[in-house]
Amino acid sequence: MSEPHIETPAEADAANARPFDRPAPEGTGTGATAPAAPGEDVLLEVDNVTLRFGGVVALNEVSFSLRKGEIFGLIGPNGAGKTTCFNAMTGVYRPTSGGIRFQGQSIVGKKKHEITRGGIARTFQNVRLFPEMTALENVMVGADAHHKTSVIAALFRLPRHHREERTGRDRSYQLLRFVGIEHRAGDVARNLSYGEQRRLEIARALATNPTLLCLDEPAAGFNPAEKADLLALIRKIRDSGVTVLLIEHDMRLVMGVTDRIVVLEFGKKIAEGTPAEVRDNPAVIAAYLGVPTDAA
Amino acid sequence: MNFSGLIQDFGPLTITGLAQGAIIALFALGYTLVYGVLRLINFAHSEVFLLGSYACLIVWGFFGLDQNSATPSTLSVIGLLLLGLVAAIVISGITALGVELVAYRPLRKRNAPPLAFLITAIGASLFISETVGVMTQRNIKGVPPLIQPRDVFVIGNMHVTNLQILIIVLALMSMFLLDRFINRSRLGRGIRAVAQNPDSAALMGVNKGRVISLVFLLGGLMAGIAAVMYDLKIGVTRFDAGFLLGIEAFTAAVLGGIGNLRGALLGGLLLGLLQNYAASLFGTEWLHAASFVLLVLILLVRPTGLLGESLGRARA
Repeated sequence: MSEPHIETPAEADAANARPFDRPAPEGTGTGATAPAAPGEDVLLEVDNVTLRFGGVVALNEVSFSLRKGEIFGLIGPNGAGKTTCFNAMTGVYRPTSGGIRFQGQSIVGKKKHEITRGGIARTFQNVRLFPEMTALENVMVGADAHHKTSVIAALFRLPRHHREERTGRDRSYQLLRFVGIEHRAGDVARNLSYGEQRRLEIARALATNPTLLCLDEPAAGFNPAEKADLLALIRKIRDSGVTVLLIEHDMRLVMGVTDRIVVLEFGKKIAEGTPAEVRDNPAVIAAYLGVPTDAA
Repeated sequence: MNFSGLIQDFGPLTITGLAQGAIIALFALGYTLVYGVLRLINFAHSEVFLLGSYACLIVWGFFGLDQNSATPSTLSVIGLLLLGLVAAIVISGITALGVELVAYRPLRKRNAPPLAFLITAIGASLFISETVGVMTQRNIKGVPPLIQPRDVFVIGNMHVTNLQILIIVLALMSMFLLDRFINRSRLGRGIRAVAQNPDSAALMGVNKGRVISLVFLLGGLMAGIAAVMYDLKIGVTRFDAGFLLGIEAFTAAVLGGIGNLRGALLGGLLLGLLQNYAASLFGTEWLHAASFVLLVLILLVRPTGLLGESLGRARA
């Protein structure tokens, strides 16, 4: 059953300014943010994480940390362990050894829905929406994570349940506007274009009200114009107060938007720094272009 | 084949079939809900129904009613019906949750293969029905005559009774409420999310364990209502009452498209009608054989069932 009608939220422009009902972290106003000094405002800490599948070492003693309010790039050639690292952070895999701390608390061994409710949201390399729900409903599922009404209240449709439904719907609609697909709100997700589906996935992730948003190759399959739009959207998300972790193997895209970058190769960290530092790092150049045999 | 009989009795056969089909449809919802979310055939659902069919009898027994009692006054009948419904719904709901907790959840935690679930399902089903069998010495238990079937209206030779109207209206109302709940509420949205993509649902903060419990509970509630209707219609219950009706309900779910709520309604009503037409056409002894042959023929044409599989449609 599709949504019968979509009411336009009263605050038409509010969506563009701040879609998230949460104050922005201090010191991360709009505009470009200079990387904070080390140890300051650490949001997520990956500490010496190793992950083995049988004999394969997918991640080998990887450490890095994200600071509040930055756009952080995790890059590397195909198969370097980027998505594995992501999966360890979002509770899909449990690290063989090492720790992952989010806002100072260990999240190793927590369930996926607990990590989401704790403030980490993600999108997938291959789009994974709820294909038979409308775009609006897809986002509302994410928004539901923060509702407090019990099963009983929902079954008997108590006033509180109604109120939460209404705010959830309004906020979901604002998020669709924020990512620029509010005109598709009533359409079933599988009927959306590829680019719209990717944007919908981002809106759905934002609906869980994350502190940290992880985007897994969000530009895959995009043409240059779409990539430019996406970069603008990522900046807009950061400016609204959400820290962004970006996985990407398109170097040019990452260089254009990130504050800091970690480079993985064969499950090991080979470089870390600002885009400019990483670009000139010989190990990174070798990993991406290959090393001539005589030079090795 | 007795074509003239079928044509002559078409009206009465239709109304009987609809009432029977309404019970099957309510029962079928439990199979369809669980399958839609877990891709699991919960064979123990027949015993969820069975315990419901005893629960209301026990409550009515508290009031000194058995099959030989006189029909009480209208007001007390309404009260007794409500109490019986509540008892059956509660017991069936608890049974469904219990089966999930004992027979399925431990296996799910250990990532057991689908066959293991099938075996524990059959095991749980046999355990419950045999326990009831032992406790009742495998005797039938009569139902107090709360509702004496009385014609409400007559069209030609079709006599529509108060009991038939009650069954059909109650079944349609329950299905309407369930459909609304799944399609309109937050919890329903969570159920559909898990049915369509369990991994993304978990990453969106949906608690999968709770959704699974909820789905079993909803199936149990519907089976409880079906059980009371069954008692009133048939007049007796027995330790194996769930078994054959369970197969019919499961068939109805597949016929309509398993995992599809409206499919269960359509499949149930259609199966009820087919059984009655087949009984008239080939004789009552061929009722099940004939109706199941027809079902096979329908599935040959529409292998995923009449309305297609899955809760809120197919997973991509």
